[in-house]
Amino acid sequence: MKAFGIAAGLVLSFGATGALAQSACLITKTDTNPFFVKMKEGAEAKAAELGITLNSYAGRIDGDHESQVAAIETCIAAGADGILITASDTAAIVPAVQQARDAGILVIALDTPLEPIDAADATFATDNFLAGELIGQWAAATLGDEAANAKIAMLDLAVSQPSVGVLRDQGFLQGFGIDLGDPNRWGDETDPRIVGNEVTAGNEEGGRTAMENLLTQDPEINVVYTINEPAAAGAYEALRAFGRQDDVLIVSVDGGCPGVQNVADGVIGATSQQYPLLMASLGIEAIAAYAADGTLPENTPGKEFFDTGVALVTDQPADGVESISVEEGMDLCWG
Amino acid sequence: MTETTGPSRDDYESGLEGSSTDVASFEGGRGPLYRIHGFLHSTPSAVPLIVLVASVLTFGLLVGERFFSPFALTLVLQQVAVIGIVGSAQTLVILTAGIDLSVGAIMVLSSVVMGQFAFRYGLPPEIAVLCGFAVGALCGFINGVLVAIMRLPPFIVTLGMWQIVLAANFLYSANETIRSQEIAEQAPLLQFFGERIEIGGAVFTYGAIAMVLLVLGLHYVLTQTAWGRHVYAIGDDPDAAELSGVRVKHTLISVYVLSGLICALAGWVLVGRIGSVSPTAGQFANIESITAVVIGGISLFGGRGSILGMLFGGLIVGVFSLGLRLMGTDPQWTYLMIGVLIIAAVAVDQWIRKVSS
Repeated sequence: MKAFGIAAGLVLSFGATGALAQSACLITKTDTNPFFVKMKEGAEAKAAELGITLNSYAGRIDGDHESQVAAIETCIAAGADGILITASDTAAIVPAVQQARDAGILVIALDTPLEPIDAADATFATDNFLAGELIGQWAAATLGDEAANAKIAMLDLAVSQPSVGVLRDQGFLQGFGIDLGDPNRWGDETDPRIVGNEVTAGNEEGGRTAMENLLTQDPEINVVYTINEPAAAGAYEALRAFGRQDDVLIVSVDGGCPGVQNVADGVIGATSQQYPLLMASLGIEAIAAYAADGTLPENTPGKEFFDTGVALVTDQPADGVESISVEEGMDLCWG
Repeated sequence: MTETTGPSRDDYESGLEGSSTDVASFEGGRGPLYRIHGFLHSTPSAVPLIVLVASVLTFGLLVGERFFSPFALTLVLQQVAVIGIVGSAQTLVILTAGIDLSVGAIMVLSSVVMGQFAFRYGLPPEIAVLCGFAVGALCGFINGVLVAIMRLPPFIVTLGMWQIVLAANFLYSANETIRSQEIAEQAPLLQFFGERIEIGGAVFTYGAIAMVLLVLGLHYVLTQTAWGRHVYAIGDDPDAAELSGVRVKHTLISVYVLSGLICALAGWVLVGRIGSVSPTAGQFANIESITAVVIGGISLFGGRGSILGMLFGGLIVGVFSLGLRLMGTDPQWTYLMIGVLIIAAVAVDQWIRKVSS
């Protein structure tokens, strides 16, 4: 793997020496997840428009930190102007990112903030806490007075509590009106309405098993928070097996096309949609601006990152919660 | 297991008379430890069965009716179905002293082929399912040829095949999920194994039933047919097997092809379980299947163990996962306990080998 990276670096540096054209790197967690596929599409389209050479790299699986380090080294060797990275290991990648910045490369974290967040020059991401808050508010408003007696299942990402999973979970609880305890950690809440937390790995199988386990603990569950839409689809299969699919509210986050279609079909009540294509195209624009005259991207006022926006997609709008329709969500979906 | 001490009794003869599950017999009567040891050796699935029963009873006492109900107990069966089927494929290969790291990938690719052939090319779902099985068998055949004819180590062959099949899966599917609703509407056959029978509070999915039938069927084949004895013989000592007339290469290839076919079945069951066809499903099925096999008392060195043990091993993992979660334990404890079980299982295996040699 490493040898391959070095070989690729050599080829790239030879290719780059002759041309003065600007170049950028895109490093994603994997090149198979539709979210990153869309991100790559957005970056490629914008790069082509601005005449920037784009090289894309990805880990083989989510969590493949080494390939990402090799990719940064390759980009430094190739003399790229900027790097867009969705880090697998947000803390461990920092020294490699620092090397790139020391080499005068603009580094922008896409989707996933680094730890600390200012380890990158800028972060273009969804406000995951807000994404969770929107579905929490929607669920509470949809239940009305019944929200006081809700029985809530929390389907989270992983036991290691990665930041994206914690932010969405805690945002949902805040939106629903539940005391958070430590906002940097899920599972420490004492509200009796929460039946339990389970992890799903963000896929269908994990979603189904997690939902089965929680339903065994309390078959009366009527609100299900899910980390993402594949987990929601799995949870729905479990509910269907229990004959409970029609009287449970499922909410989720992501806005992928199958997920939005599931909102249309009534599988998911509402989902918070994020915009990977926008993240990537704005990132390429920022690199172009930096390469032209050294302009650094600015954060959204009041936030530590540039907020690429989030919208609640549902066809059952609730009072006081802003949302877009399924049709609009379909136009903007990814995957 | 009865033991005799009479000096005139010829133990070799009694071994021949008895059931062919008796892979060896012992001089007994020298104390309870020998009796237990003899029993464990001749019944390799006994240790995991005892652990399984003990863990069910323990969780039944600790958690009460939420765990010890027909519903929860059959839920374990449902949750274990996919791994139990993949574990069957893994068992066959491990009995030949091999290992198959590509089982999970073959399972996922087969399910993706079933889904995409039905939806992308509009083939009738029956044909699409058959194509999935064909792909599974082909992957197994390639593994088998490389192991048996090219004489490459199974670990290396299937390590490579794992990556190749998984990459092919992602490239071919473009990581596109086919949604449950579309499958239910246009190709419900793909969700066949999600159908269920309810008896009282117990819920049996066709997937869970398929797993049990498959394991029982393979148990019969492994213990009662010549092919089954050849599989054990190859795992024990391939050269000796060859000398005694076993067609080692043919048998090895047939084991890998069968393993591929069983993985395709697992892929079909997986679609029934998760509803949709997802190229990212089952990423750790290879490790989980090896876990079930090891806890089930099947020797990684080949030639020893019963496929029933694998089923019990898988169920132990399922019981621990559900039981600990119902007690509200952090999921990490499940992994910790499973880790302890794996090491304990290998230790018991070594102990039995050591005392019997």
